[in-house]
Amino acid sequence: MKADILQRLLEARKGRRGVAVVSDLASGEQRFIARGEASGDAALDAALDESFARDHSRTIEIGGAEVFIHIHNPPLKMIIVGAVHVAQDLIPMAGAAGFDVSVIDPRGAFATAERFPQVTLHSDWPDEVMPGLGIDHRTAVLALTHDPKIDDPALTHALRSECFYIGALGSRKTHAGRLERLSAHGFEAETMARIHGPIGLDIGARGTAEIAISIMGQVVQVLRRGPGA
Amino acid sequence: MNRAGKEERLMDAQHGILEQAAEWRAAGRDVALATVIQTWGSAPQSVGAQLAIDAEGNFAGSVSGGCVEGAVVTEALDVMESGAAKVLEYGVSNETAWEVGLACGGTIRIFVEKLG
Repeated sequence: MKADILQRLLEARKGRRGVAVVSDLASGEQRFIARGEASGDAALDAALDESFARDHSRTIEIGGAEVFIHIHNPPLKMIIVGAVHVAQDLIPMAGAAGFDVSVIDPRGAFATAERFPQVTLHSDWPDEVMPGLGIDHRTAVLALTHDPKIDDPALTHALRSECFYIGALGSRKTHAGRLERLSAHGFEAETMARIHGPIGLDIGARGTAEIAISIMGQVVQVLRRGPGA
Repeated sequence: MNRAGKEERLMDAQHGILEQAAEWRAAGRDVALATVIQTWGSAPQSVGAQLAIDAEGNFAGSVSGGCVEGAVVTEALDVMESGAAKVLEYGVSNETAWEVGLACGGTIRIFVEKLG
């Protein structure tokens, strides 16, 4: 690897930009390609698009040459709206799975450093905080407050972003009400289908720790298998 | 835990390896980079996992969880000398499996290159 490619790679990681290094395995020659940048080869572009979306580095054949596509996606990020008990159980799991976690809750009594010692805490409203958080295709947004005043603006913002996962806590009935309110804001059913509600995999979870496990399982499932899984 | 410590802990497993490689290079040492480029069967590290090696045999990261690192470091020293990248393959069917095979029964291919 040439020194300038390594330098650009390190800068991209710092700036949370997705980039790929494509190596010709026979010659050792390498190219640095940013996410969305055209490589000049249609087959390689298609392979790059899929690899970025699935966070999938791989060796493939292009034009008779064996090439390795090394995807360097930005680190995963989780934005939890609601400094609630489930969040307390979820945060250590998300950290272990490589997520950088931020918690948003405008209710001062909830978002305290004592309750959440290891995360970035924001005690303003989601619509004020979220635009500054750089929500990208490596971000999961979780609305956990049960309170439409707080959850709805967060979901509205999430639906307008390219985040890979959106989940909202609450029963089917709560979720149906939520979808009604969001559609009044002009969201189509297809767009709102991005919201996982009720949040989490159906594993019969009881109590906050098990609910946190079901949520974490679903976030990983969507990350690794895609939204259709 | 302070904020800096947390950030370090939360960085994904691959983070820090390239930084280490850049640091060794900046200190004037020869450095090689080994990257898992393909796996079959059960392999302990996923494609993209990296190992940085310096000319004294120091290394950071991992490509197999300990099974083949020793052999890869030896190959990396060769690559530093010659400057030519190479592809290595390890698996249980490899004739050197007894020494450096993968206990888990998988096969991995590793691309080893010199850092320019």
